[in-house]
Amino acid sequence: MRSKSQSLLLRQIALHAALTPLAIIWLFPLWMMFVFSTMSDFGIFSPEIVLWPSTNFVENFKNLQADTDFLRAMFISIGVAAIYTFLSVLLTSMAGWALARYRFVGRSIVIGIILGTITLPFAVVVIPQFIMVAREFRLANTWIALIVPPLFNSLGVLFMRQAFSMMPGELFDAARVEGVKEWQIFLRIALPLARPTMAALAIILFLHSWNNYLWPLLINSKPGMMTAPVALGTLIGLTKVSWGGIMAGAIMLTAPILVVFVFLQRHFIAGIAAGAVK
Amino acid sequence: MPIRNRNAYAFLAPYLLVFATFWIWPIISSFLTSFQNTRVNPWKFTPGVNWGRLIGDPAFYNALYNTLIILVIQVPVMIAIATVMAVLLNSPLLKARPLFRFAFFAPVVVGEVAYSAVFRLMFSFDFGIINKIITLVGLPAVSWFDNANAAMALIIIAVTWRWAGYNAIIILAGLQSIPDDVYEAATLDRVSKTQQFFHITLPLLKPIILFCVILSVIGTMQLFTEPFLITNRGGPGGGTETLGLLLYREGFRSLNFGYASAVAYTMAALAVAISLLNLWIGREPK
Repeated sequence: MRSKSQSLLLRQIALHAALTPLAIIWLFPLWMMFVFSTMSDFGIFSPEIVLWPSTNFVENFKNLQADTDFLRAMFISIGVAAIYTFLSVLLTSMAGWALARYRFVGRSIVIGIILGTITLPFAVVVIPQFIMVAREFRLANTWIALIVPPLFNSLGVLFMRQAFSMMPGELFDAARVEGVKEWQIFLRIALPLARPTMAALAIILFLHSWNNYLWPLLINSKPGMMTAPVALGTLIGLTKVSWGGIMAGAIMLTAPILVVFVFLQRHFIAGIAAGAVK
Repeated sequence: MPIRNRNAYAFLAPYLLVFATFWIWPIISSFLTSFQNTRVNPWKFTPGVNWGRLIGDPAFYNALYNTLIILVIQVPVMIAIATVMAVLLNSPLLKARPLFRFAFFAPVVVGEVAYSAVFRLMFSFDFGIINKIITLVGLPAVSWFDNANAAMALIIIAVTWRWAGYNAIIILAGLQSIPDDVYEAATLDRVSKTQQFFHITLPLLKPIILFCVILSVIGTMQLFTEPFLITNRGGPGGGTETLGLLLYREGFRSLNFGYASAVAYTMAALAVAISLLNLWIGREPK
């Protein structure tokens, strides 16, 4: 027995010896993002290796705000992500409900088209979307341009359809016998039961919107209507720019999401593992 | 059982309107645009103009080559790392599990711009912390942005850092769905842990790993932000220009929508082809 527990211990040590360096490497960029955001530009571009935070964060943030109106961009990003998430959950829940609980002409065609096109790259639609929104609707540099086109995302439809079709049908039939209207069954019975799925979906969609770069870069390039990632992106590559400021912006984009991630890790992971569609 | 009900159309209509306008119609429209000469006003239907140019365009082959090289190296490396992460995280012997999970999964929530910025700074030639560490151990500093091969390696490192945990989450979910009694039976039959991994775990994980490969291929195929921001618009001199960047440059810098649509459809065709290839490799032997 003794040798067995010893070999177990050895295995345990080997396991941690393998994982710890990997974990340190993986945490390193995030740690450095934080450290850089607290260092002066002079400190960042000095020959020493600095691995510990300094005290320059506020100064960096002021430099960032002088380079681009980052607070305004953060406000737009938060607003867009919140409204987008709400609308997308609402629309895709309704569609998922219809596809899960009703039989109607065209149902399998709709499901087929969604599944058949879900893996197509966004690149395929980006040019027509841009021409439509910017030139035909003349909606470039508006909130609508940021919120409405990305609502096509069909992830939620598959998510919610799955959740609704796993619910026992007797529940809804009983309500129908009592004369409850269909939309009330949806709002009062089905949606509350689907709350965990909606939470996972909402987290994933919020994250998508918060981090979205290409579409906001193309459609809202006017200063004052940029999202935070786009505003930050305009500074990267400039020669006369505060890198401490850029890092302060990067931390402001990342830290809130990381905090939420720590507390809602299970929902994040459930959403990614179940949906697994970018 | 689902019931017949005309309410279905009312529930479906709002989403379908958005889906048709901003997804289905653009898919068709960009196909049509790829046959239009968009350099004249109004656009003119000239089937060969963009596809003909694409076939002879060195910039296209450069972008295609870069994309495929990144794909062929980055996806297997990342999936291997992700599998290791998932298997080790799944070990019952692991202490401080939440800490390790945080380390590997946190990059999944970090935005492309934020992480591109920090990678660009970390890998800068003179003052980047990576080169400082490299020279500290006595190796020559790498010029990550001026040497095309080093720049490609940098993109691969960055993308792998960002997405390995994402794949590890999916693989971990797959691992946890393997019933314990499979392993218990194997242990009773004195099958070693290593053999269990290669003869039980990996074969059972195969469909999930293939799924991850497909997702990663589709994602890497569209690579845009990293070469745009980290290696400064696909530099040095187009050394990291991907198909996504070529699309951006042709579509939104030169405003040649027709040619950019042809590039977009090439990306889509490649994504579909590689997905099908993966499905074919992963088919059940009959």
